[in-house]
Amino acid sequence: MRVPLSWLAEYVDVPGDATPESVMAELVKVGLEEEGKHTFDVTGPLVVGEVLEFVEEPQTNGKTIRWCQIRVAAAGQKAADGGEDVRGIVCGASNFEVGDKVVVCLPGAVLPGDFKIAARSTYGHTSDGMLASGRELNLSDDHSGIIRLHELGLDPKIGTDAIELLQLSEQAAEVNVTPDRGYCFSIRGIAREYAHATGGEFRDPIGNAHPESTSGFNLKIEDHAPIRGRQGCHRFVLRSVKGVDPKRPTPPWMVARLKLAGMRSISLIVDITNYVMLEMGQPLHAYDADKLQGGITVRRANAGEIIKTLDGQERKLHIEDLVIADEVGAIGIAGVMGGERTEVSDSTVNIMIEAANFDPISIARSARRHKLPSEASKRYERGVDNNVAEFAAARVVQLLEVQALGTSESFGADFREHFEPTPIWLPANFASELVGVEYSSEETVSILNQIGCVVAIVDGGFEVIAPSWRPDLTHKTDLVEEVARIGGYERIPSRLPVAPPGRGLTSKQKHRRAVVNALAGSGHVEVLTYPFVSAKQNQFFSANKVSTIKLANPLQGDADEMRVSILPGLIDAAKRNLSRGLTDLAIFEEGAVFLPAGQIVANAELPVGNARPSEAELQALNDTVPAQPHYVSAIFTGNRQSQQVGIRSVEAGYTDAIHAVRVLAKSVGVSIELRQAAPTGFHPGRTAEVLVEIDGESKVIGVAGELDPNLATENDLPRRVGAFEINLEQLFQAAPKVIQAGVLLTMPAATQDLSLVVTVDVAAGDLLNTIREGAGELLERVTLVDDYRGANVGEGHKSLTFALRFRAADRTLTQVEASAARDAAVELAHQRFGASLRA
Amino acid sequence: MSAENPITQPTVDAAVNEALAVISAATDLASLKAARLTTVGEQSAIAKLNAQMKGVPNEFKAEAGALIGKARGSLNEAFAAKEAEFWAVEQAAKLAAEAVDVTATPEPARIGARHPLSLLQDTIADVFVGMGWEIEEGPEVESEWFNFDALNFDADHPARAMQDTFFIDPAESHLVLRTHTSPVQVRSMLTREVPIYVLCPGRVFRTDELDATHTPVFHQVEGLAVDKGLTMADLRGTLEHFARIMFGPDAQIRLRPSFFPFTEPSAELDVWHPGAKGGARWVEWGGCGMVNPNVLKAAGIDPEVYSGFAFGMGIERTLMFRNDVRDMHDMVESDVRFSEQFGVSI
Repeated sequence: MRVPLSWLAEYVDVPGDATPESVMAELVKVGLEEEGKHTFDVTGPLVVGEVLEFVEEPQTNGKTIRWCQIRVAAAGQKAADGGEDVRGIVCGASNFEVGDKVVVCLPGAVLPGDFKIAARSTYGHTSDGMLASGRELNLSDDHSGIIRLHELGLDPKIGTDAIELLQLSEQAAEVNVTPDRGYCFSIRGIAREYAHATGGEFRDPIGNAHPESTSGFNLKIEDHAPIRGRQGCHRFVLRSVKGVDPKRPTPPWMVARLKLAGMRSISLIVDITNYVMLEMGQPLHAYDADKLQGGITVRRANAGEIIKTLDGQERKLHIEDLVIADEVGAIGIAGVMGGERTEVSDSTVNIMIEAANFDPISIARSARRHKLPSEASKRYERGVDNNVAEFAAARVVQLLEVQALGTSESFGADFREHFEPTPIWLPANFASELVGVEYSSEETVSILNQIGCVVAIVDGGFEVIAPSWRPDLTHKTDLVEEVARIGGYERIPSRLPVAPPGRGLTSKQKHRRAVVNALAGSGHVEVLTYPFVSAKQNQFFSANKVSTIKLANPLQGDADEMRVSILPGLIDAAKRNLSRGLTDLAIFEEGAVFLPAGQIVANAELPVGNARPSEAELQALNDTVPAQPHYVSAIFTGNRQSQQVGIRSVEAGYTDAIHAVRVLAKSVGVSIELRQAAPTGFHPGRTAEVLVEIDGESKVIGVAGELDPNLATENDLPRRVGAFEINLEQLFQAAPKVIQAGVLLTMPAATQDLSLVVTVDVAAGDLLNTIREGAGELLERVTLVDDYRGANVGEGHKSLTFALRFRAADRTLTQVEASAARDAAVELAHQRFGASLRA
Repeated sequence: MSAENPITQPTVDAAVNEALAVISAATDLASLKAARLTTVGEQSAIAKLNAQMKGVPNEFKAEAGALIGKARGSLNEAFAAKEAEFWAVEQAAKLAAEAVDVTATPEPARIGARHPLSLLQDTIADVFVGMGWEIEEGPEVESEWFNFDALNFDADHPARAMQDTFFIDPAESHLVLRTHTSPVQVRSMLTREVPIYVLCPGRVFRTDELDATHTPVFHQVEGLAVDKGLTMADLRGTLEHFARIMFGPDAQIRLRPSFFPFTEPSAELDVWHPGAKGGARWVEWGGCGMVNPNVLKAAGIDPEVYSGFAFGMGIERTLMFRNDVRDMHDMVESDVRFSEQFGVSI
């Protein structure tokens, strides 16, 4: 809400030297957050001048300029800038005549956009100032010609300060109004809050309006389909004004205030309804009374009914829309927008004013349905004072009489839904108990009275009736907020509550930290990417069409799905780093992926009412929420090791990916197994499935290896890109709750090397497991140290060399014992894989 | 008349002196090794003297033995000293030869880093865990009931539209990308026993275009306490403690009236940041308030018996003013240089 300061000062005491900043500083204390200030951004000298004469001079560029002589001060007197009383000024407009009074920007003036006016040479003359249009002064969008003051109903003296005349020195403060305080979308509401903040006197603008009883107009309120049991219309006031002069201009002070409040001046009649809405918070509508056909009915729209609204759009109405209709049909969507058929125009002389109050929900739904958020709907959605309609209508009538020379009549209508306010019970100590500040009974009552409540002190507490402009006050805690707010939040003391003994992080939380810290500690850089991907990206790693979650309103049309894998996001991240010259990457991300178990529940039922839903309802609700397991994934590009002193560069690839998975699994006490695999999106010969043991069963929990080079290059990455993706939920299932330490054997070890020749298709990992199994418990450790192919090893064969370390618990092993164990391993390897000892 | 005693002090001394001269003439370990042969070897003077032991009269044998032993001892000492000397010199030469330019040390492994947003979440979690609070998490694709209805956002209330929500297709699924971490509070209240003291960090979503100060995907941390007799003073005390850990012992907090559907009374939270770049100042930090009784009721907690407070703040915003990050783009673009600045601490 934008608040012109002079307007505010009409209804509350504001210091003479107040600035938008000082006003905002006061309002923020009572909960209206500052948004900024607004000014016309014009500084003088700006004066009223009279066109003495002009010569039209066609130019070679096709334009015709006017070389004008303008009187800017009484004859013989100095002008406001200290210069001559008559000035030669070049003007491009042609909408004025000799004798017109116009706005002259003299040298030294500064217009919006830091446009400095100076005498300058143009079109063969020295133009000693400028004649201003409405747009140049920020007053309107009009740039079709310059301002002719008589068109604004003004005939000031030559030399008059035009800044004062047009109220261009007016300033406005803008504050953010929270959704519970609809009444603050008015000068009336802001003035009231300003009074609360400063202790200054509030003068209610309704005191200036004098409603008169009206009757005779045929009005029917017929809501046969209330929404959520609430009647659509609570209040409907109609007042007739006849014989207005539609050609009368809007007075400059009103234009200036409307403009600073953020509204364009349209026509006097419309401007007056907007002005009163801004002042009192009551949305208003003016009908051309001569275009109304018979009486008015407020009703729900008929099926298939159509209305052409003020913006010229044909709109199909919904049967839930509340409409204002005459005998022919709808003439407005209640509280949202009026219809074109009964719109006021520049030939309107007889007017019917509507000041109504509608149910917030009905208006909110219509505004959303027709995508027509308007100044009116904004106020109705937040709740309009049910008692302000007749005052606002009276104020409009009064302004139409004064400004448009109309005549008011008692003709009209007045409907009011009977409504008995329910008192709110506020126990005596409740505010103190919730806020932690001692409020006396006197202070509580005083604050509640200040905000407009009627308070009855009864045994043990207060019975409070909220004012008509505060429909948000429905519960005792709402009243506590008012007491705390007006009493001042700075009075709240500080006390640190003691929580019961906590259990620390959960094992899952600890595991997650262990994984990301282990990765960061072993040279990987964590990044966080958006989880929005395209349908194509979601298929990168899926052979078959996977079920995905789609956004109804994505920010970017092509990134409209929730990721089923973190890798596409990391691919994009790698791409961005590469484009910035950062080529050697080991980046990882830990986060959720989104896996609908099957179809999204198409018509989920939500529990209603404000009580705890049943367990069955909660279960059903949770069933609609898709699974979102956490994964950890990484991408490796460029070199693992760059060329440095004494070191040759080493290209990154599957080894980085697989080793990183070993590291992260070890960080939670899990050993992994690898199995050659060719999952979609990965290199078919350089990728492993990662297996862990969960409840005695070996399970695949992810993949590690290299991306399919085609996928990599299609995404502007180099051909060789290491990558892994691990399901952390599954990894953590494999993690021991408590790691049980083994006994460290201290007897001397015996080491032996073993070279086995097998066909090339035998996986080293399988052979290694076999050796371990065959050698038995004396074998402490076995590692693969060489893979040799070539001379002395037959075609299609390879020689794998393993280093074996044996140790017994209770004695020094002899070589004979070690060899026996080794031979057993060879024997098993021979049985399983036809392995033979290398000669 | 007995034979003359060949092993006497003078003869031994002469042999020793001759040997010591040879030892001291040695110039390195190799010549010392050669010297050892000539001075204590079989052909050495001392060995030759010793060989005459059988010619020593019995009554002098003990004395002669002692003289020889002592002589050998002093020669061994001389060798050891010389050997140590040469060893030290050789070692020094060897070490000198092994010297490298340490300023040209290669990096045999990469140096990793955490993302500061995840580090900051951990840091904040640790503050509250230290106070006995527990950490709760929840789904990012969330049912509207948890994200809105249970938090006192009426379906038709403008506050619901204010949240710039991402909706999941179809609308009838009533799923959204959670707009705040508050649904985790609801889930906590539904599953935990009172008293409840939980902190809920996590990723949230709003339909804001990415610019220097906005991102559609960001992180929040919210706290919730439900207990008997909690007041706004407890809220202030908790926030003050938190602020001082995050921004130093001189940090202060300030509450301003505001509105949130799920709290009543509600407040905006400012923090006095003594270390702010450009000078200490008040910074808008988050929102807070006393849990709205309707929210407690939706979770089956009796608001006549229990009260609660809640607060929440943006992690990105906190990182921006705490660590002087100027542009939101840096946090979301995955440029490794951004994370690398922080290492694994923040």
